Amino acid sequence: MNTVIYDGTFEGWLSTVFEVYERRLDDVRIIENDAPSLFGNSITITSDEAKAHRVWKGLCARISINAAKQLYRSFLSEEKGREDHLLAYARYALSAKLSIEYDYAHPSVRYVIDTDKKVRREKHRMEAFVRFALTADQIYYATVSPDFNVLPLIRRHFEQRYADQRWLIYDTHRKYGIYYDLHQTLPVTIEPANPACPADPACPADPSLPDSPNPIFTPDETQYQDLWRHYFQKVNIGARKNLKLHLRHMPTRYWKYLPEKRPSL
Amino acid sequence: MWDRIKEKLGILADSAKYDVSCASSGSKRKNENKGLGNASNGICHAYTEDGRCVSLLKILLTNHCIYDCAYCVSRRSNDVKRAAFTVQEVVDLTINFYRRNYIEGLFLSSGIFKNADYTMERLVLVAKKLRTEHNFNGYIHLKLVPGASKELVEQAGQFADRLSVNIEIPTEEGLRLLAPDKKREDMLHPMRVLKNAIDESADRGPRPSSLALPAAASPAKSRLFAPAGQSTQMVIGATAEPDLTILKIADAFYKKMKLRRVYYSGYVPISTDNRLPAIGTPVPLIRENRLYQADWLIRWYGFSVDELLSANQPSLDMEIDPKLAWALQNLHVFPLDINTADLLLLKRIPGIGLQSAERIVQARRYSPLHWDQLKKMGVAINRARYFIICKGLPQQPKDYAAEQIRQFILSAGHSKYHPNFSPQLALFQ
Repeated sequence: MNTVIYDGTFEGWLSTVFEVYERRLDDVRIIENDAPSLFGNSITITSDEAKAHRVWKGLCARISINAAKQLYRSFLSEEKGREDHLLAYARYALSAKLSIEYDYAHPSVRYVIDTDKKVRREKHRMEAFVRFALTADQIYYATVSPDFNVLPLIRRHFEQRYADQRWLIYDTHRKYGIYYDLHQTLPVTIEPANPACPADPACPADPSLPDSPNPIFTPDETQYQDLWRHYFQKVNIGARKNLKLHLRHMPTRYWKYLPEKRPSL
Repeated sequence: MWDRIKEKLGILADSAKYDVSCASSGSKRKNENKGLGNASNGICHAYTEDGRCVSLLKILLTNHCIYDCAYCVSRRSNDVKRAAFTVQEVVDLTINFYRRNYIEGLFLSSGIFKNADYTMERLVLVAKKLRTEHNFNGYIHLKLVPGASKELVEQAGQFADRLSVNIEIPTEEGLRLLAPDKKREDMLHPMRVLKNAIDESADRGPRPSSLALPAAASPAKSRLFAPAGQSTQMVIGATAEPDLTILKIADAFYKKMKLRRVYYSGYVPISTDNRLPAIGTPVPLIRENRLYQADWLIRWYGFSVDELLSANQPSLDMEIDPKLAWALQNLHVFPLDINTADLLLLKRIPGIGLQSAERIVQARRYSPLHWDQLKKMGVAINRARYFIICKGLPQQPKDYAAEQIRQFILSAGHSKYHPNFSPQLALFQ
C-alpha cells in the first residue's frame, strides 16, 4: 500500500494521478495533507500545473467534456475517499480505447455519476436559495454554508444573471467568498466576522440575520424582506397543505438563509 | 406607503395563486446587454407549505373584475377586498425581488376591468417597461385576456417569454353553466393568434442574419417572440368531465395549438354556489396527479390517449399510475429483455423512467446488465421485476395474472398520498 499525500486541490489531485502513472504506483491511497498519516512510507506530491494539465488533457481525450466536468464536480464534493474513487475512474478511462462514461454498471462510473448528482443538486439549491440583502454601500450580499464546495460552480450563473449589480456570496463554512465588482468575479477571504463591513468596528457579527433594523443594510432592505415574507405566506393554499413535500424541497438546514422562513418582526 | 403596498401584495397574490403554472424554464433569453437577469434556468426559489414551487412573482394587476365566473375567487359578486397595483408598483416589486434572488421573474395576470383590451394594454405596458426601461431579461409570463385584440396579443409576445390563456372549464357546456358571460371562442382566438405569430417568428429564424439587416438593427434578442411558447390551465373537478375528455382536449391543444404545457388544477372549493362542489370538499389531488402522469406519458413516453383510456374506461385508475395500469392491461407485451428491448419499449416498462431507459441502452453496450446493476442504476425494481427478463433476476417472472401483480405492487409500497390526505386522519386533526 502506497500512501500519497497531496494538497487537497483539484490541481493537486491531477498532479497525483500523473505521479501515480510516472512512478508506476499500484495499490495507492491518496490523502489530503492535513489528515494525520499513519503510514511511514508516504509520498508527498506538490501541485504542478504542467503535470495537472497533461492529465486533464489526457482525460479529455478519452471522455467527453461533459464527463470531465462530472469528474471535477465529484471532486468538489469533498467526500472522504473521493480521491481514490476518482483515481480508479481515471485509470479506467485512460485504459480504455472508447469512452467509458456511459458504462453505468461500472462501480467507478457509478460513483462519479452519483457523487456528481449530489454536488449538482447542491449547486442548484444555492442558485435557488441565495438571498441577497442590499448593504448601505450598494453590494448585494449573501451568506451560505453549502454541503459541498459549490461556489466555483455557481459563479458563472450569478455573473450572467446579475451583470449590473455588485454582489458577494460568502461561504461561512469554508471561510471564503466570491465578489463581483461589475467587471470580474474574484475570490475573497475576509478576516472580520462580517465581510460586508470589514472596517466598521460597530459591525454586527452575524449579517445573515438582517431581521432587526440594521445600520449596514439600506433602509428599504427590511421592507423588501417583509414584503417577500408576506408574499410567500399569501401564495400558500391551505386546502392543499403538504408539509412533507415542503420539507423535501426546502430542508430545514437551508432555512437560515431564507427571510421567508424566518419569523417576522 | 409600505403598508399599503404590503396589503395590495397580499390581496393580489392571494387571488393569483389558483393559477398553478410556475414554469420559468423553456425560454432562451440571455443577458446580452449587461443588464439585469436572464431567463433560461427554471429555478424554484422557494416552496410553499403546500409543496408548490415559487419561481415567479405571481400576482394580479387588479382583482376588480367585470365577469362573474362561478369558479373564480375574483368574480364580481364575491365579497372580497379589492385592490389594484399601478404599473410602476409592479415594475418596482419585480426588480427588487429579482435583484435579491427571490424570483426568476414575473407572472402577471389580472381581473378584467372596463374591457379586455384596456386590461391587456396595461399588462403589456408592465412587460414593456421592464424590458425597455430597466434592461430586464428575467422571465415574464403574461396572461392573455380572453377577447384581447390581435395587435395586443402580438405586442405581448414581443416582451413576454410565455403567454397563456386559461381555458379553465374544459368543455363549452361547463363554461355556459359556470361562466355565462364568457365564450370559449374568446379564449381560443388569442391562442390561435399567438400560435400563428409564434410559427411565423420561427419561420423567420431565431437570429436575423447580419447581412439582411441594416447596421442599426436592434439586437437579436429583441426579435425573440414568446420564446417559452404558450400554456393553458384546466380546472379539474368543478364540472363533471371524465379524464378521457380532459386528456383528449389537452392532446388537441398540444397538437393543434402547439402548447408547451397544459396545467391541471384540482378545484379548491371557494364558493357556496350550488353549481359547484361545496366548501370543504377535498381538493382532487390524486386525480390531478394521475392526469399529470398521463400527460407526461403522452408528451414524453410515446403513449396516445386511446392507449390509456377508452369510452368503456373513461377514468384513470386512482390506485396505480397510468403506466402500470397500461402494462397490466397489456401483459402480452411483457416480459421484455432488458439487454435487447428497444428504447421505445423500455420506456413502457413500469418502474423505468426516461433516464433509466436511456442509461440502460447506453450501459448494455459495454456488457450485459445484471439485476443488481439495474437496482443501482435507479430502476424502481419493485415494479419493474414483473415485466422484465435479465440475468440474476431473483425469481423468473411467472405467469401472474394482472390482478395478482397489482396486489403485489400495492402491498409492497403505500401511496405517498395516504398518510397526508386520508379522510380518516382528518377526523383527528
